[in-house]
Amino acid sequence: MELTTVWFCLIGAMWIGYFVLEGFDFGVGMLLPVLARDDRERRVMINTIGPVWDGNEVWLITAGAATFAAFPEWYATLFSGFYLPLFIILIALILRGVAFEYRHQRPSATWAGWWDRAVIFGSYVPAFLWGVAFANIVRGVPIDGDFEFTGSVLTLLNPYGLLGGLVTLSLFVTHGALFIALKTDGDIRARARALSLKLGVVAAVLAVVFLVWTQVLTGNLATAVLFVVAALALVGGLAAAYAGREGVAFTGTFLAIGLAVAGLFVGLFPDVMPSTTSVANSLTTTNAAATPYTLKLMTIAAALFAPLVLGYQAWTYWVFRKRISIHHIPAGH
Amino acid sequence: MDSVLELARWQFGIVTVYHFLFVPLTVGLTMLVAVLETIWLRTKNPEWLRLTKFFAKLFLINFALGVVTGIVQEFQFGMTWSDYSRFVGDVFGAPLAIEALLAFFLESTFLGLWIFGWDKLPRALHNACMWIVHLGTLASSWFILAANSWMQHPVGYKFNEVTGRAELTDFAAVMFNKVQLGTFPHVILAAYLTSAAFMLGILGWLYLRRPGRDGSERPMYRRGMVLAAWIMVFSGVGVAVSGDIQGKIMTEVQPMKMAAAEALWETSDSCAPFSVLTIGTRDGKHEKWALEVPCVLSFLGTGTFDGKVEGIYDLQEKYRSTYGETPGETYYSPGDYTPNIPVTYWTFRWMMGLGVVGGLVGLAVLWLTRKGRTPSGLIGRFLPALAISAPIMVLLGNSMGWIFTEMGRQPWVVFGVLTTAQGVSPGVEPWEVWMSLLGFSALYAVLAVIEVGLLIKYVKLGPDPFVEPPDPSLRGSDPDGSDADEPMNFAY
Repeated sequence: MELTTVWFCLIGAMWIGYFVLEGFDFGVGMLLPVLARDDRERRVMINTIGPVWDGNEVWLITAGAATFAAFPEWYATLFSGFYLPLFIILIALILRGVAFEYRHQRPSATWAGWWDRAVIFGSYVPAFLWGVAFANIVRGVPIDGDFEFTGSVLTLLNPYGLLGGLVTLSLFVTHGALFIALKTDGDIRARARALSLKLGVVAAVLAVVFLVWTQVLTGNLATAVLFVVAALALVGGLAAAYAGREGVAFTGTFLAIGLAVAGLFVGLFPDVMPSTTSVANSLTTTNAAATPYTLKLMTIAAALFAPLVLGYQAWTYWVFRKRISIHHIPAGH
Repeated sequence: MDSVLELARWQFGIVTVYHFLFVPLTVGLTMLVAVLETIWLRTKNPEWLRLTKFFAKLFLINFALGVVTGIVQEFQFGMTWSDYSRFVGDVFGAPLAIEALLAFFLESTFLGLWIFGWDKLPRALHNACMWIVHLGTLASSWFILAANSWMQHPVGYKFNEVTGRAELTDFAAVMFNKVQLGTFPHVILAAYLTSAAFMLGILGWLYLRRPGRDGSERPMYRRGMVLAAWIMVFSGVGVAVSGDIQGKIMTEVQPMKMAAAEALWETSDSCAPFSVLTIGTRDGKHEKWALEVPCVLSFLGTGTFDGKVEGIYDLQEKYRSTYGETPGETYYSPGDYTPNIPVTYWTFRWMMGLGVVGGLVGLAVLWLTRKGRTPSGLIGRFLPALAISAPIMVLLGNSMGWIFTEMGRQPWVVFGVLTTAQGVSPGVEPWEVWMSLLGFSALYAVLAVIEVGLLIKYVKLGPDPFVEPPDPSLRGSDPDGSDADEPMNFAY
């Protein structure tokens, strides 16, 4: 396999890692005002993701840096072209990250309330905007001969892009509800499971429409298979949730999100960012790539360190595998 | 101020300097917290655990802002400097990607384990987690400083005429660039100096203002202060030595930066003086009054007191004949290869001055508290203010160093290869950069106020009373055992 293809796959894998992991912690943040009845329950929810959300977010940083290194032209066009949405995502992620750390620092309901708003805003906004951004990458955007994005922010707000945003939003919130059901005990666990079913139906409908639309836009046999399996995983996950099998249910949304993102990348290949202006202006794995030397070097680094990263991240989830309930939340701050 | 270039430079400067207020504290405090916990494990003295938890709390308040402002750092290259990213991605991207893979995952994962793992991990493993976090910060610094050093002194690449891009040819040359070899120890030791000043300042203030009933807390604060003061003295000396080495490398590879640091207009064939203070005209070209130390600049730049130091005028001519008449498209006047002289001159002095003050504060504290003494009288009254200002001064010294390093390279973004004007995103509108400039600045300002408020709150409270943390190794490895319903040792 060409190294450019290897890196296309690796970057796809990093985005999959980002969406399946940070997806559920976005979901937990979005559900904060819905599922919790009091401050103690809000703290139960936040503590389910406390030790891991930061590690989950590093998948985004790695995906960004790997794109910079492996496909500089893609990185430059994408990041400067999507300036406004990325700016809003950054503001959201800043507020959210600070909120987790600062929320418990003062014993005041007003103080905690403001940081809760920051968590909620910081979870909804990226969950929606990442979907908009990815749908637009798949659909293609106007790019000129110098690989410059020539559209405006309105270009990105097309029906397909907006639907993409709703799909990630609804999938992440379902994923988050199932994570809470899996990681908590007591009242909140039952409520999370019940809610996950309602949210899951909405997500399934939206996702199926979006995946069919994507199949028409960029599909081939491989994407069709991935999308069908993703849809089955989602439906299977919901059935498992209904049957009270929370672990299986969470695995279902985990697979559904991962396979759907994989399908988007497979449909995109060999483009990385198609141009709607002219096919000749499309960024591909070849014309956007770094030199073979750089790619080779990074392949060695990835082969050495990626398994290590996966290993210790998995270990973290094992260390914090215990369910949390309101009894486990220490009183006061 | 309406050109994208000028706005983009302000945006980059503000966002980066703000981020770097948290970096030295993060690098240094992970080391200090790991050391404190290790001492506790060795001595079993509860005071060290109280200090560990106290500084960990202050560190985490600080770390939160460091993490979130770090994501902006990575994104803004592509957002605002897309032509720079296209040009250097092959060389600059690789260290960045390896940094994320090797360092950021390590830091975030093991910090999560450390924070929430008091009742889950055996003590030695828990302590090891913080040491791993510290190793992560060092690895991160190595890669990002290698990328920056490449911008100061591009090596290990060739320019591809067809694509118009820099292509990496020798990764080892980039990793072990001679600028990097001077910069890395300088920045890390400055981080140790900064965090030790932070610890010393806080403990010094507590020592004098919150000594506890009958001074019962004083012995604990004293022990912490003495540790911090020794680290300040050692790292202060290290910062000076590595800075001196760095200065010589800089004179060799970026002579204009050294000339600008000194506002040296005419070449000095031997025994160039170092000016401590200069009052000059607004453009920095004419001095009205100067306090100079003879021959010291020659020594700083070349290592001998009679070394030749090139002046700005001669370098200007040299660069003009090498690189042509137009270094920048709009921002710089034709043929101007000079950075902003007042900025480079003053930041260079403030960097060195504040760094030296930091080391001296450490020495002074060791002297004042020798053999169990408590500073009293005039010194005792004056000391709390000094304790609080020491970390602020050292932190400012760090910022001045970075402003000097980055401004002194102008008009180049990659020295001798790509100008800053050529690196800016061509498709970005002024309003977009205005928006991110104002948006980030406003948000950062609010967060700074909140963070300082929290730090003051927790410093005033002082370390929590000692509570023996659970030791999971004593009750076997089963976390679902008899203690299943005990509250978590730490929770958000």
